[in-house]
Amino acid sequence: MTFTIPIENGNGVKNAEADSQRTLYPYVTGTSVVAIKYKDGILMASDMGGSYGSTLRYKNIERMKAIGKHSLLGASGEISDFQEILRYLDELMLNDNMWDDGNSLGPKEVHNYLTRVMYNRRNKFNPLWNTLVLGGVKNGEKYLGMVSMIGVSFEDNHVATGFGNHLARPILRDEWREDLSFEEGVKLLEKCMRVLLYRDRSAINKLQIAKMTEEGVTVSEPYSLKTFWDFKAFTNPTVGAEGSW
Amino acid sequence: MFRNQYDTDVTTWSPTGRLFQVEYAMEAVKQGSAAIGLRSRSHVVLACVNKAQSELSSHQRKIFKVDDHIGVAIAGLTADGRVLSRYMRSESINHSFTYESPLPVGRLVVHLADKAQVCTQRSWKRPYGVGLLVGGLDESGAHLYYNCPSGNYFEYQAFAIGSRSQAAKTYLERRFESFGDSSREDLIKDAILAVRETLQGETLKSSLCTVSILGVDEPFHFLDQEAIQKVIDTFEKVPEEDEGEGEADEGEAEAAAAAPAEQGGGAGAGDQDVAPMEM
Repeated sequence: MTFTIPIENGNGVKNAEADSQRTLYPYVTGTSVVAIKYKDGILMASDMGGSYGSTLRYKNIERMKAIGKHSLLGASGEISDFQEILRYLDELMLNDNMWDDGNSLGPKEVHNYLTRVMYNRRNKFNPLWNTLVLGGVKNGEKYLGMVSMIGVSFEDNHVATGFGNHLARPILRDEWREDLSFEEGVKLLEKCMRVLLYRDRSAINKLQIAKMTEEGVTVSEPYSLKTFWDFKAFTNPTVGAEGSW
Repeated sequence: MFRNQYDTDVTTWSPTGRLFQVEYAMEAVKQGSAAIGLRSRSHVVLACVNKAQSELSSHQRKIFKVDDHIGVAIAGLTADGRVLSRYMRSESINHSFTYESPLPVGRLVVHLADKAQVCTQRSWKRPYGVGLLVGGLDESGAHLYYNCPSGNYFEYQAFAIGSRSQAAKTYLERRFESFGDSSREDLIKDAILAVRETLQGETLKSSLCTVSILGVDEPFHFLDQEAIQKVIDTFEKVPEEDEGEGEADEGEAEAAAAAPAEQGGGAGAGDQDVAPMEM
């Protein structure tokens, strides 16, 4: 996942110093985040892994954080960029609270602010290497949206990042309903996360589920999913294709 | 107010702790023609008197739309008012672009007040000579604010600024307690009646006033002349020309202003000494 953009100053020479200031590729990355709207609000799930290339190096990274009273931000991609974004949002929410005037920034406003930030960075060829999921509930209205590192932004009833788009969203398209209860929502998310655990090599078996309702935002304690590895296809994977591995 | 040795610079304090230049700027607001604002829980009405320099010219615009949910009426140096309206529009649209959400009027008003304050603390600037009645919505409903050249701002249920605004304020003071729950139509009627108070004897015609409204489910817009005239007709029994002032139905006929109506044309009494740049 590398890309280089030639930078030329007036003399037609590549400016190596300037290059070192831009994000060229990610280093420590988080994998999928999956989120759905349910009856009382939003549910979001992500695992706690931080990969260093193909090494599953860090196993206690919280990739979902509450923003103010109404919103939750989940991120995949470069962890240090996620931390930078949290600093921006911290400043944003601080200034919002300092007004102390009964108005507050809700999930829609935070989502749009993030879209502006991500798109502007992309335009300068210095992206924040994340795909962000922003969910929340304010004044009874549920909101769930996504922003990518190039500034693509939209809202939906269920969203996922990275591998989640390929493995989780088809499940959600079939099985998501408007009026899922909390238990049903968690079961559905766990089904998605289990598939990701089996099939995404950067996934680890330690996940958190976050709940957003009108009352507030809670992030669960980490826990693991039960897995079953004795499927015949797992025990004898090459039975249908002799010679392969 | 008399001239004194402390009133040349805005950055000079008087021994009694006053900034005379700022106070003189507030005088400029009092010379402008009247602007009135009132609000209920869900709507804000801004109204103003339209006075043209002469019969040949058009009248100055004193009410501006800042955004779908914010409007402003000005009194004083209208050029200053135009510039500040442009600033407000800019702030509002920048907020909408970044957050896709309307700028809460309370925050806009603070930005405006801070901008005015800067001009009271720089020796190379002068205070803005315009008072602004800002009406708008935020999460908690409808609000009306008055921004002063001094950089102060206050929230009001109803207020009037400009020349002969005291008459309108007296009327509003009697009635403001009911405004919170007023219907949209009653609010408009009260605004037009307040405008009538500032005309002090002149007959009220729809060509003399501009009325605008915004509300929780209603974006800012101006009322057209027919709509205003219809409201006027409900309380002016006899249309203008010769008769004495038409009696109001609702019993708000004051004994005070019972002078026979002059023809609407021609400036009223106090306007000859108004400087050309002020309306």
